[in-house]
Amino acid sequence: MLDKTGIAKRIAKEVKDGYYVNLGIGIPTLVANYVRNDIEVEFQSENGVLGMGPFPFEGEEDADIINAGKQTITTLPGASFFDSSMSFSMIRGKHVDLTILGAMEVSEEGDIANWKIPGKMVKGMGGAMDLVASAENIIVAMMHTNREGESKLLKKCSLPLTGVGCVKKIVTNLAVLEVTKDGFKLLERAPGVSVEDIQKATEGKLIIEGDIPEMKL
Amino acid sequence: MINKKVANVTEAMQGVKDNMTLMLGGFGLCGIPENAINALVQMNVKGLTCISNNAGVDDFGLGLLLHKRQIKKMISSYVGENDEFERQMLSGELDVELVPQGTLVERCKAAQSGFPAFYTPAGFGTEVAEGKETREFNGKMYVMEKAFEADFAFVKAWKGDVAGNLIFKGTARNFNPAMCGAAKITVAEVEELVPVGTLDPNHIHIPGIFIQRIFQGEVYEKRIEQRTVRQRSN
Repeated sequence: MLDKTGIAKRIAKEVKDGYYVNLGIGIPTLVANYVRNDIEVEFQSENGVLGMGPFPFEGEEDADIINAGKQTITTLPGASFFDSSMSFSMIRGKHVDLTILGAMEVSEEGDIANWKIPGKMVKGMGGAMDLVASAENIIVAMMHTNREGESKLLKKCSLPLTGVGCVKKIVTNLAVLEVTKDGFKLLERAPGVSVEDIQKATEGKLIIEGDIPEMKL
Repeated sequence: MINKKVANVTEAMQGVKDNMTLMLGGFGLCGIPENAINALVQMNVKGLTCISNNAGVDDFGLGLLLHKRQIKKMISSYVGENDEFERQMLSGELDVELVPQGTLVERCKAAQSGFPAFYTPAGFGTEVAEGKETREFNGKMYVMEKAFEADFAFVKAWKGDVAGNLIFKGTARNFNPAMCGAAKITVAEVEELVPVGTLDPNHIHIPGIFIQRIFQGEVYEKRIEQRTVRQRSN
């Protein structure tokens, strides 16, 4: 089974040379730490920066340079700043190659819910609805089950939706899955996790074809 | 040169009244019009509708107005950093319209640009689209979203000149440019107000035509919401 870092490491392998990538808050943010350093990738943050670098050294924080998680960041050579409108032109206009975000629930049809638990938690969708409505390459990073042990990969989402039929790939602590028209296709198992474990933790339709390889990190 | 300079924040706030709709720039606490917000607290105007990406934190930014119950309605995309906000929203004291971030900025931009409405794919099939016109273009569904109508826009820039030309810094730019000229009156506050001719016209982000009043803020705390650093390796 993977921890959050493991999920980030596995997703980092999906990042290809020349990609512009938008990382969501939480596990997705960690992905930047594990991208191969022999490829060229630029990270976009929807508050208005392309070419995000690592956190600043202590004492070098600048209140005017943050990411979408409101964390202080630095920029790399070649970086640019822009306003929110241009930022979402990059997103809606499909100029961003890969979007990685967290989710509370994903359905077997690729619907995603990640912004609201009615009556309990309402943080808002931020840029997530814009991202999932336009991006062609969306990877969800999340734990396979919630704190109560219930599956987060469902037939239908129970929470208010963020987007419809948009998720293509999911990396969890247990597995890598592809969303197909027939359901969740199991691609890889996490180290030490059996197909039966994954089946048990998946409420939506799981498609298992042939031997399922263990993921390489 | 048309002079947009006002003497101070008090003069800049003239005409702000109860029950008005205000736009306020910023993302989190980054690039927020601190001086205008503090003035709104002092003036104690009530029943405000505030259009702003976030709602500040409990003791800074728009959180200060929430604390004094000056806000009737918030229009934002993300409000997760503010406990008082969540409490007022869940108890029904505060009316909240949550808008996808890209839609929020474009509704400002539409007001700035003279478009009454536009279509976006964001939110289609979700509760954001409920009651709104939807339409298919090239096989994909879109939601019609309308331009905002606001009385005042309060924006914050790094540098400005007395003609109202603005330059922003870093990610403090965010929603500020789209709000310039998107309300009946746009008030810009800047860290440094310079005479005309000082700023290179090639470097202006927002031309002064969009600005009615400009002043240099007295103090900027520029609070950092999430201070994240890395260790120096020896």
